Amino acid sequence: MSGATAGDGGVWPGVAWSLRRDLRLALRSKAELGVQLLFYAIVVTLFPLGVGADPTLLKALASGILWVAALLASLLSLPRLFAIDFADGTLEQITLSPYPLPALISGKIAAHWLTSGAPLAVLSPLLALEFGLQGPELGVLALGLLLGTPTLSLLGAVGAALTLGLRAGGGALLALLILPLYVPILIFGAGAVEAIRAGVGAGGELSVLGAALLASVVGAPFAAAVAVRIALD
Amino acid sequence: MSTRVINWFKFASPASFFPLAGRIAWWFAVPAALLAVAGLWLGLVVAPPDAQQGNAYRIIFIHVASAWMSMFLYLVMAGWCAMSLIFNARLSAMMAQAVAPTGALFTVIALWTGSFWGRPAWGTYWAWDARMTSELILLFLYLGYLALRQAIDEPRRADRASAVLALVGAINVPIIYFSVRWWNTLHQGATVSLTKAPKMAAVMLTGMLLMALAAWFYAIAVTMIRLRAIILERERHTAWVGAFAGAVR
Repeated sequence: MSGATAGDGGVWPGVAWSLRRDLRLALRSKAELGVQLLFYAIVVTLFPLGVGADPTLLKALASGILWVAALLASLLSLPRLFAIDFADGTLEQITLSPYPLPALISGKIAAHWLTSGAPLAVLSPLLALEFGLQGPELGVLALGLLLGTPTLSLLGAVGAALTLGLRAGGGALLALLILPLYVPILIFGAGAVEAIRAGVGAGGELSVLGAALLASVVGAPFAAAVAVRIALD
Repeated sequence: MSTRVINWFKFASPASFFPLAGRIAWWFAVPAALLAVAGLWLGLVVAPPDAQQGNAYRIIFIHVASAWMSMFLYLVMAGWCAMSLIFNARLSAMMAQAVAPTGALFTVIALWTGSFWGRPAWGTYWAWDARMTSELILLFLYLGYLALRQAIDEPRRADRASAVLALVGAINVPIIYFSVRWWNTLHQGATVSLTKAPKMAAVMLTGMLLMALAAWFYAIAVTMIRLRAIILERERHTAWVGAFAGAVR
């Protein structure tokens, strides 16, 4: 097992290179990005139709629904992270490049988040209006998603790399692997909105989300790099 | 200075561990059966009914042991996974593979018996108690590990991919546990508090500990038996397995 390979290329040029490349590729298929946001909007909109339009009930459910839908949207977009590069052999070439693999993967994850998690967080206050959230609650929801969704992309990258090229139930298997690991993010993300709704500050929850983000920024790219190498063996 | 060289890695080879695994299985299977008989006798015959819960409490003799084992075995599995990644050792990966189903089984038993006990004690089969919730998530982690193994055809890739997953899971288990506990205190208040349970009678405690030991020994024995099956399956192309199969036939 080879972990991080010390290559000739530096860490930051590696991050920048793969970030630029993946962003450019993502922006060339803008329709795909829109479809993901629409998925989020539709899932969120289904809940009032299911549970009824009682405003107090909807307000109580809002944070949970908006966060669970964000988890699902993140999960749905994960295969895009490696699967196409894996299928056409680009991923194998990337691992041979002089840049360290964890750096390249960090860039890919950053690009993935910028094109999935970040727009979703920006869109979320708008959707939260459907549930009657208001004022600071909207801000905390968006801030929580901005802090939480990169962690989802980072953890998800490990799962996406582990399931590369598997015939059996790619998407469902990925959900089984990754969703249990998303639980703490869901709890603290939805908890932040609940806290501000209850009138106590959301500082604690947002700090935990930030801490989880820092820890996964440090750890997840290395785990994902190991997983990519395993998949390519 | 006498230097006796111990070959630590002698039993790292599946071929040399195979017969030892068979002996270990017997060493632990027999005590497991004896301990279980003693524990069940203490728990079901000797121990008096509980003042508040009557006979329903007797489910703890199975429930507590399996709940402990379910968490402990995940750590054991993650430990073997780490060994298999660090030393690139096949036998360690096979150990992890052999431990996982037993861990998942104990998790299911803990959830099942817990919900059967919850019905008379709390009046409900399921409550979003912190421990029950994290036990359920632990079950999902076990099932994810087993599903990933199943999905990969090539055994060595399955070993290493599932090892990465188990290690990421092991780092997350305490985080999940504490976040669920935090969530539980926020949403539920203290509906149920087992931590402040009245002191247990000595005979009940003894019965419970005997059952916990029995579960532990059972897990070792059954893991060894499963390990032997895994070794035979995965090493079937080797000469010694051929000879073994011929001898058995």
